[in-house]
Amino acid sequence: MSRVAQFLFRRKGGKGWHWTDIVTWIWLIGGLFIMFGPAIWLVGSSFKTPAALAEFPPTILPYVTQKVTVEGIDKPLDLYEVTLEGGKTVRLAELRRIGVVSQMIDPSNPGEIIKVNIAQRKPVREMTFASENYAEPFTHFDFVRYLWNSVFVTVVATLITLIVNSMAAFALSKYEFRGRTVAMLLILATLMVPLSVIMVPLYSIVSALGLFNSLWGVILPTVATPTGVFILRQYMLTIPDELIDAARMDKASEWQIYWRIILPLTAPALAVLAIFSVVWRWNDFLWPLIVLSRKELYTLQVGLSIYSGELNVQWHFILAMTVVTMIPVVLVFIFLQRFITTGIAGTGLK
Amino acid sequence: MGHIKLTNVAKSFGSVDVIHDISLEIADGEFVVFVGPSGCGKSTLLRMIAGLDRPSRGELTIDGKVVNNIPAADRGLAMVFQSYALYPHMSVRQNLAFGLENTKMAKTEIAERIAEAARMLEIEPYLERRPGQLSGGQRQRVAIGRAIVRRPVAFLLDEPLSNLDAELRGSTRAELAALHARLSATMIYVTHDQVEAMTLADRIVVLRAGRIEQVGTPLELYNSPANRFVAGFIGSPHMNFLEGTIESSGSDKAVVTLAGGHRVEVPIEGNGTAKGARVTLGVRPQHISIGDTKGIPAQIKLVEALGSETVLHADVSGQKVLLVAPGQHDLMVGEGIHLSLSAAPVHLFNENGLRLGHMV
Repeated sequence: MSRVAQFLFRRKGGKGWHWTDIVTWIWLIGGLFIMFGPAIWLVGSSFKTPAALAEFPPTILPYVTQKVTVEGIDKPLDLYEVTLEGGKTVRLAELRRIGVVSQMIDPSNPGEIIKVNIAQRKPVREMTFASENYAEPFTHFDFVRYLWNSVFVTVVATLITLIVNSMAAFALSKYEFRGRTVAMLLILATLMVPLSVIMVPLYSIVSALGLFNSLWGVILPTVATPTGVFILRQYMLTIPDELIDAARMDKASEWQIYWRIILPLTAPALAVLAIFSVVWRWNDFLWPLIVLSRKELYTLQVGLSIYSGELNVQWHFILAMTVVTMIPVVLVFIFLQRFITTGIAGTGLK
Repeated sequence: MGHIKLTNVAKSFGSVDVIHDISLEIADGEFVVFVGPSGCGKSTLLRMIAGLDRPSRGELTIDGKVVNNIPAADRGLAMVFQSYALYPHMSVRQNLAFGLENTKMAKTEIAERIAEAARMLEIEPYLERRPGQLSGGQRQRVAIGRAIVRRPVAFLLDEPLSNLDAELRGSTRAELAALHARLSATMIYVTHDQVEAMTLADRIVVLRAGRIEQVGTPLELYNSPANRFVAGFIGSPHMNFLEGTIESSGSDKAVVTLAGGHRVEVPIEGNGTAKGARVTLGVRPQHISIGDTKGIPAQIKLVEALGSETVLHADVSGQKVLLVAPGQHDLMVGEGIHLSLSAAPVHLFNENGLRLGHMV
């Protein structure tokens, strides 16, 4: 514990506070709020009831007014803390409200109606987690289906991306051939073409190939990424050519050189690309929306849009499902990030 | 079997000729060292033999079979790389097994060969470790082990000792020599270190700028270098070269006047040295002694007392001369001495650097 404190409170200026220490603290704490604030608000709000979501000022945690069931009245009533004229505070349930006067009854003594000015009553609030926000989409809507579609698209697209891109990177980094630089530049140049520009031709191709309304139509156009080829190629350039020579002497075929030598040694770069690819594919919205028009093929991101209708946006469901949608991406970061930093211990070369 | 023959082999990278028409025959079981300064093409030559680079012209045969178009893996050779090129993600055992697995060898046979090589190289304790967890010397052994398990017809070694510290280099050199004696396989060894070449080689091939300067046993090269380059390259410290002109020349000897006016008589082989021709006199530092006043006058610039011997840096009328005198000498910097060549083998090189003859 003291070591943690020592680490946290280490200062540049030895004993005194240097101005950079203060700036660092402000910067980091500010960053923490900017980064984590929305995420925490999202998680907190995903447990709120629609009424609590509409409340102003908003709260981070999901609070609702406590309710009581009073004998002789069907509906549960809101519970309030009321300051009576004598200065005494009691808990009363609100029967109805007329103008600024609230008619209240004591839950333990339901016979008598007490009239109270609304300024003198404060709702009794308690934290409740509206778990139905989560449960309902899973039971009433096709969320499991969407989740499965998203997982399928993400996993398959990422695997194909890794294989296709690493093959291209291997050729572009380890083989000498005419036009190698031109090929690399062409691939990089496609970075400058946004999806919206090629959307229509891409749609024609996908449609002509009969991939319309198929998850493969979502997967295949995305697997060749210039960023991926570039990341992997730059990494492979650092793998010494002597290793490949050694493998050639060891009677390894070109495929074995790629599969057994280059690929394992590129693992750190592959992990980076895998993270990118998972996040890209998981968060893809526009392209799946174009290709998929049958509801049972929707991915999560497309499925989420169901909850924002023309007249009514079901924020409580959207928020809850956004949290669910975020979980895999967060998990990927947690697990693969550690892998990246560790890298592969030592290269065996001087 | 490991009989390797190169006939007029040449290599160009684009318009740059790296290797010019090299012809060389390496007998089975021979330990041949390619030596030369960096950029002389010795590694390229080795890579061509290995099959990693293709010769632009010429023919390469192994055991009588032309291998120009045979891929590296099928030539039956094994190579030890300068950086060792061990697969960093595999254990030592996997490193050794990789080449054998690719030939579809039976598992038991692979295990047997690895065990044998590991015993021979004393790397048994590290078999499960990764190369990153080994020291430089251990990695070097693993690299050699990877070559041994293949049972190649010839070993190709590309500066295998250059990444080791001086002490380890000495002991590994001795081990390599022992290994060669034990395996009696052909070995081709590339180095820029002439000490390694002298101690290991059956035959040395001296290369410069893509051409063979001389091929011979270490002592042949030392005693009768074909030209000034070989003379300067082989031997440590380097041979001294003194500029001079032919005073008179007969059928078996010539009189040379050195830059300072001193005259030296040198036996030569054959005629053809015109009077007044510019020549270079070569004499090894070990073959110069401090003589009487009849000798060449010189001034001491630096004294390096090594205990068993003393290395003197002297100045002979503007030319630097090194001499190694056995034992310890009480000489001071700036002192004048006289150098005697009387008992020394002296080499004479013409203007083109070719050797004219020597005095024994």
